[in-house]
Amino acid sequence: MTTHSTPSADILRLDPEAETERITAWIRETISRNLRRRGAVIGVSGGIDSSVVAFLCARALGNERIQILFTPEADSSPDSLRLGRMVATALKAKSALEDISAILKGARCYERRDDSVRLVVPEYSNGYKCKIVLPSLLDASRYSIFSVVVQSPDGQIKKVRLTPEAYLGIVAATNFKQRTRKMMEYYYADLLQYAVAGTPNRLEYDQGFFVKNGDGAADFKPIAHLYKSQVYQLAAYLGVPEEIQRRPPTTDTYPLEQSQEEFYFTLPLETMDLCLYGKDHGISAAGLVAATGMDEGFVERVYSMIESKRKVAKYLHAHSLLID
Amino acid sequence: MLQKIRAFVIENYLFGEEGKLGNDDSFLESGIIDSTGVLELVRFLEATFGIKVADEELVPDNLDSLNKIVAFLQAKLPSSATVASSPSL
Repeated sequence: MTTHSTPSADILRLDPEAETERITAWIRETISRNLRRRGAVIGVSGGIDSSVVAFLCARALGNERIQILFTPEADSSPDSLRLGRMVATALKAKSALEDISAILKGARCYERRDDSVRLVVPEYSNGYKCKIVLPSLLDASRYSIFSVVVQSPDGQIKKVRLTPEAYLGIVAATNFKQRTRKMMEYYYADLLQYAVAGTPNRLEYDQGFFVKNGDGAADFKPIAHLYKSQVYQLAAYLGVPEEIQRRPPTTDTYPLEQSQEEFYFTLPLETMDLCLYGKDHGISAAGLVAATGMDEGFVERVYSMIESKRKVAKYLHAHSLLID
Repeated sequence: MLQKIRAFVIENYLFGEEGKLGNDDSFLESGIIDSTGVLELVRFLEATFGIKVADEELVPDNLDSLNKIVAFLQAKLPSSATVASSPSL
């Protein structure tokens, strides 16, 4: 059922103090009584989500009961490690650096990815960089079909639509990264008898913006109920370093810098937030025009995209299925 | 033409089970084809009918049902090629 209420962008405003109290109480209860572990491992990427989770876990458990982990690889931005260290320093928490490049090379992650890129860009070789991108939903009602963007050593940019084999090959290879990171987080969890924190926000969790058995795997996910803009509100309240609060969300997965917008959500995250809220609360597309500043047809397209991504996410969320 | 496309869709997305796939059924609404499936469909159309699908043509109006695909192909193909490759129409 839809309604024609006219919410404003303020609908996502929360009471950060009360929400922090609620989440930290839940973390304490979950870790100690439900999971019966002694602390939490948090993979910190230098992004807003993992930083907020680290701050929440430190508040809930005490900084001596959290283990921060940095897992850079050959394609990571140096900023990720620098900003991640800023979090560990601010929290006075123990941290460990595990460069996963050698593991990824052993699995031929980079080689497999580059072979797949060459299926559509034969000249792709040493010195080239790449990323994959989706068309913006603002353009038209096109299918969400990926293209690869490559940059040659002399700076030339080329964009080519992917074939099925190239697309699947690139994604399958790069997913080694998230799965290797999770393997390393569970090493520390086993070592310390800690639980692994998952760091998705509501947009990511709902829309399947994660790798199954990679960053999608965790023992608890303390901000998966929060819209992205609410995570920013908590970050400000918790005192997450301002440079992290200002950093544009990035996947930090491909050699070329890639925003989450061009990789998955295809429109600004604030707009995605409002549309997801509207969809979940039965607000008609017309009712969301004022809050988003978009026309009704556009909001309808976003609603349709949300539904479409939920269908894909169903597999990602599914546990192993058993015969009754 | 229609039969070739129908056979491809059934074989690749419906595990060979024809079921009740109507010529106007929306692939998106029925969940038959996702974005990777669209890539496969486009490659099939390009290879089978000798066309090139431009990025701006990748819209549901052209590809979201068997009949829409047929109409799209008929508009793209020279009339002689349409007749030669679509005896079942």
